[in-house]
Amino acid sequence: MIKITFTTADGAEITTEANPGLTLMEAARDANVPGILAECGGACSCSTCHVYIDPEWVDRLPPKEEQEADLLDFAWEADETRSRLSCQITLTEEDDGLRVEVPAQQG
Amino acid sequence: MTHIGIVGAGQAGAALAAKLRALNFDGQISLIGEETAPPYQRPPLSKKYMSGDMALERLYLRPESFYAEQGFDLRTGCRVSGLDAATRTLVLENGDSLTCDAIALCTGAPPIRLPAAIGGDLGGVYVMRTLADADAMAPEFVAGRHVLIVGGGYIGLEAAAVAASKGLKVTLVEMAPRILARVASAETADYFRALHEGHGVEILESTGLSGLTGTDGRVTAATLSDGRQIEVDFVIAGIGVRPATELAETAGLVLENGIAVDGFGETSAAGIFAAGDCASFPYGTGRLRLESVPNAIDHAEAVAASIMGQGVPYVPRPWFWSDQYDVKLQIAGLNTGFDTVIRRPGDKPGSQSHWYFAGDRLLSVDALNDPRAYMTGKRLIEAGNSPLRDAVADPETPLKSLPLATGLAA
Repeated sequence: MIKITFTTADGAEITTEANPGLTLMEAARDANVPGILAECGGACSCSTCHVYIDPEWVDRLPPKEEQEADLLDFAWEADETRSRLSCQITLTEEDDGLRVEVPAQQG
Repeated sequence: MTHIGIVGAGQAGAALAAKLRALNFDGQISLIGEETAPPYQRPPLSKKYMSGDMALERLYLRPESFYAEQGFDLRTGCRVSGLDAATRTLVLENGDSLTCDAIALCTGAPPIRLPAAIGGDLGGVYVMRTLADADAMAPEFVAGRHVLIVGGGYIGLEAAAVAASKGLKVTLVEMAPRILARVASAETADYFRALHEGHGVEILESTGLSGLTGTDGRVTAATLSDGRQIEVDFVIAGIGVRPATELAETAGLVLENGIAVDGFGETSAAGIFAAGDCASFPYGTGRLRLESVPNAIDHAEAVAASIMGQGVPYVPRPWFWSDQYDVKLQIAGLNTGFDTVIRRPGDKPGSQSHWYFAGDRLLSVDALNDPRAYMTGKRLIEAGNSPLRDAVADPETPLKSLPLATGLAA
């Protein structure tokens, strides 16, 4: 199990434990983190699981693929360096302590 | 308000329950599902789950512990056999009855089965809706075997893609003059026909199924409407769905293309609501019923707000997706009433989009491996904006600066 901390749009912190192998979106969903909708269930089809990665963690995650980058390019208040689709990040042991922020709106 | 009953534990029912808690409803929530599995995602059944690329527990919408943690009365494997609208009472098949302050029907839209008169009840004939359907047909997907797919809509095409990718011989028959006739343009149909034929799928349009025959109760052959006989190992029917309205009907609720609800999701009986695939809601001058996960979630959440007295009239933001081979289709909007389709090449090899217009008004976009076109179309449609058609057709005009048509009637 690894520890992940989500900061929701209203500033609340939710720290959860997740199994490596799950995606970051699944970890959020399992911990009932509000604001991560994931309407397509992780098919990289909708951009409603958008999160901001803590600056210290941005370069420690595998880079975006084209489909994810294209969706993020049009997502609500996306940040070129910190924005990711959480369904496209498969958690590993190395991600213990990962911190992400949830945007105020998805879509 | 102390007890809310939700009939149907699919995507809509689960979303409705979760939203009630998120809106601080602290009474009892009974979430009643006919299937034995906890609420799960259906879309992967005809895609990643069927192809073996997704484990069972990842299908679940929430971990099983979630329901207890949230204090839900989740009843799976439980059929609701009666509804008394006046007293808002649900009668369960096991004899229990639950009297609620509000009830939401999230019963979905099960697939139409092939009639028994033409062999639809033979073994080896499947529909695709539930986990049990997917698990029952999974052992049939063995390379070299021959599957007949009846119906060239998205379910049939997705099943064809999984089967062809696994090395099966695939024949798909579509009664209409072309595949996707009900849901997409000729341009999008042409794209998918070519894609499937490139993977060796035999697509027979303007061809129906006349009958299935079998040995020892199991299908072995099919007769097509052109008289042709083919040997088959199994059959998948993807010939559409029907909203599950039986319970609503016995309770005397008004039906109109599903369970008729008002803008707040309330049926003709006070305190009885409906959401998702089973419900038709006011739209424009008529009514609309959508068969899609995003609508199931959005509508259910809107209905949860209505139940809590915080409702606003539901405005759908339709979108859809399909995965076939290495192609991702994303659809923004509804194309009903289109008169023109404009094809726009994407900025990467193999990507393109089809933009549906009624006059100068943009209705919808089919994006094929082109998420940028999808996102652009979705933004424009939700804002009620339409780009100039000539600009859409010109790939040199960037998506982010498409000039807008002015003076369109609202």
